[in-house]
Amino acid sequence: RGGAAREGRGSAAPGMDTPSATGLGGADPQLQRFIEVETQKQRFQQLVHQMTELCWEKCMDKPGPKLDSRAETCFVNCVERFIDTSQFILNRLEQTQKSKSAFSESLSD
Amino acid sequence: MESGFGSDFGSDFAAGGGGAGGKLDPGLIMEQVKVQIAVANAQELLQRMTDKCFRKCIGKPGGSLDNSEQKCIAMCMDRYMDSWNTVSRAYNSRLQRERANM
Repeated sequence: RGGAAREGRGSAAPGMDTPSATGLGGADPQLQRFIEVETQKQRFQQLVHQMTELCWEKCMDKPGPKLDSRAETCFVNCVERFIDTSQFILNRLEQTQKSKSAFSESLSD
Repeated sequence: MESGFGSDFGSDFAAGGGGAGGKLDPGLIMEQVKVQIAVANAQELLQRMTDKCFRKCIGKPGGSLDNSEQKCIAMCMDRYMDSWNTVSRAYNSRLQRERANM
């Protein structure tokens, strides 16, 4: 469960704005499968780009001759915490929507 | 450099997925799409790397890139690649762990 860690349906490849894979190449199951796989791969790539950018700000001071173990640990932690954050947000959103009748109520907290 | 990723992608699939009497080979189209995706990813990487390394290595912009700036950029590029790979591995491990727990 969780957002960043879950590989679900939905457009993610750059330039693709189809909401699901079934519309495109619908007649050919091979093409359909291909689109699903490539879309998933692209979601992964995009998140790696995004997390590298974010974690670089947090973990890299001055670029040296190699990535020292402290920085490497920081990057790994950063990835884990980013995904934790994403899951936390989804979970809490789900909870606040369950316990309150309208979403707007929880926004005014 | 236009990658043509958006429009070509759709029309290629519309033509290739038709099937009947089509001269277009879906295998070829899939290979072309993979190449386009790879190009798009490389461009994205380069764009972000340039941004980050410019920020780290260039102070007040002078009349040209001096030696220290060039050295810094070169190191920065390598470190950015190291970071990208570290993030990729860490994310992959996390995904596998999540799937194992489902």
